[in-house]
Amino acid sequence: MTDQTGLSGLVDRAAMVTPPVVARRARGLSERAIAWLFITPTMLLLLAINIFPLIWTIRLSFTNYRANRPNATVLDVGLANYQSILTDPDVWAAMTVTARFVFWSILIQTVLGFTLAWLIDKKFRGHGLWTTLILLPMMLSPAVVGNFWTFLYQPQIGLFNYVISAATGAPASSFQMLAQVPLAPWAIVIVDTWMWTPYVMLICLAGLRSIPDYIYEAAEVDRASPWRQFWSITLPMALPFIMLAVLFRGIENFKMFDMVNLLTGGGPGSTTEVASITLKREAFEKWRTGYSSAFAIILFVTVFGLANIYVKALNRVKNR
Amino acid sequence: MTGLATAHSVVDPSPLVKRIAAGVVIAYALITLVPLLWIVMTGFKSPSDAIAYPPKLVGEPTLEGYCNLFTTRTRQTPEYMAKLPPATDVCDRVSRGRNMVVAGPSNYIPRYVNSLVIAFGSTALSVVLGTLAAYAFSRFKVPLKDDLMFFILSTRMMPPIAVAIPIYLMYRELGLSDTRLGMILLYTSVNISLAVWLLKGFMDEIPREYEDAAMVDGYTRLQAFFKVVLPQATTGIVATAIFCLIFAWNEYAFAVLLTSGTAQTAPPFIPIIIGEGGQDWPAVAAGTTLFLIPIVVFTVLLRKHLLRGITFGAVRK
Repeated sequence: MTDQTGLSGLVDRAAMVTPPVVARRARGLSERAIAWLFITPTMLLLLAINIFPLIWTIRLSFTNYRANRPNATVLDVGLANYQSILTDPDVWAAMTVTARFVFWSILIQTVLGFTLAWLIDKKFRGHGLWTTLILLPMMLSPAVVGNFWTFLYQPQIGLFNYVISAATGAPASSFQMLAQVPLAPWAIVIVDTWMWTPYVMLICLAGLRSIPDYIYEAAEVDRASPWRQFWSITLPMALPFIMLAVLFRGIENFKMFDMVNLLTGGGPGSTTEVASITLKREAFEKWRTGYSSAFAIILFVTVFGLANIYVKALNRVKNR
Repeated sequence: MTGLATAHSVVDPSPLVKRIAAGVVIAYALITLVPLLWIVMTGFKSPSDAIAYPPKLVGEPTLEGYCNLFTTRTRQTPEYMAKLPPATDVCDRVSRGRNMVVAGPSNYIPRYVNSLVIAFGSTALSVVLGTLAAYAFSRFKVPLKDDLMFFILSTRMMPPIAVAIPIYLMYRELGLSDTRLGMILLYTSVNISLAVWLLKGFMDEIPREYEDAAMVDGYTRLQAFFKVVLPQATTGIVATAIFCLIFAWNEYAFAVLLTSGTAQTAPPFIPIIIGEGGQDWPAVAAGTTLFLIPIVVFTVLLRKHLLRGITFGAVRK
């Protein structure tokens, strides 16, 4: 990590002279003052741009406020917004679409990402270079990704349709990935998988590299088959890392907005209308600010709650 | 390693296994890179080559896409065109071939500059604030330290759309909507969680003895921080800065909801480049390519720290 040689002399001297505690109190600002001085700006910024808006959202969620009519009288409507959201079939439909999307994209990314990590861990020649290349998609802007996949998915001119039709023999213009009901959700899953499999792969790779060699050596001595080694050593020991990847991807996928907005905008019909898209429509197109604030709070509580339950499960696996 | 023959096969798989693994991984990498390469190539195609079917692997290379990205053009009558002096640059020539003259610069460069200003501004702020906070969390007894750290992390769980509403209202009151300063502050508040968590990890690895030694030599705590700890933390600070840069550079949701003109960044702008016959794909591809260059460079620079960065330092390689 850091280069320590240049300072080793200093350290040696320090060890010889005084106990550090004495020195620490000696001069300048007190530690407590420095701690507060250093932490306060960050906290102020977070209070101003995260906590204050959050409290404001909670406040608005109990009103019928509309941001495009700042002068209209604002009524306190109590829990009415929450009630109408939880009984709205469209909201439940959006939640179902979101859940299905989270499930399939994470399942595919995890299987694919883990397999790739497991293969890269064989340390073939040039694996570093190929790993770096595979990591590129996840570093890109979702806006750019959504945009150029729109191009690839064009039924008349797109590369994607051309490749699939060349492989299957179906005419390329017979399927429209972004505009046909059974295909559109999969079009988004494909892009999400393309972009985020590297993420899962990288975390799984760290998990595989954390398994000490001596465990495999012991298994070899015991004549355990490679199959047995995989199921009894590799997978269980990498599991906490796989679960961590699923956690991070789950939170992100639940919030997913960018790519859906660019690829399908929620359509066709409402087959790809995930929760964030509904929220955006309510907040910035219909301008039902109070209603959408309540929806935002429900979403946040859901993500936060699910994440917390999941972290508990993760810790149990880790400590097993 | 031990001298066991079996152990060797574990640490180093057989050549056949390696070859199969390499084959599958390289195949995946190539498939994954196709969309990227396709977009880079599209940037150098003419509009008709870009939408040719079956897709053309390489057309007649042209800079038309880049010209359409950087300029706006107007169509003119043949009589008007005939009277013009000879074309002076590439874009002039390309446009005249299509009976058009260059009317002026497009909005791409101002949007790109906005991206640069906002990304670097928020990165600088995130890193400065993050470094100070991370140092305090790493070295001092802070009351409720774990709770504060968790609080900082949890700000990342909010869906951007959820906070966008009150931020929109707040910015409207403060006159910050559609300003660079507003976006810098917003991106800083999003990035600060990453900056604090990552930098704390890096600072924890710097032995405390360095500062203690410096203070024995007569430095104050602050001097020790600036003259001893900061230089040691340079690698971590640079890595953190690049992560913040990439995030702010790539961000789309806030940008599209909260900016409309003067402060708009490149990501919401690129999808709305429209040419005469609908989407001008070569220009879009050119804009995308230019936008991707910094990311590719940073990815290569960052590869050692990638894992830490994407997991907030929760996993170290």
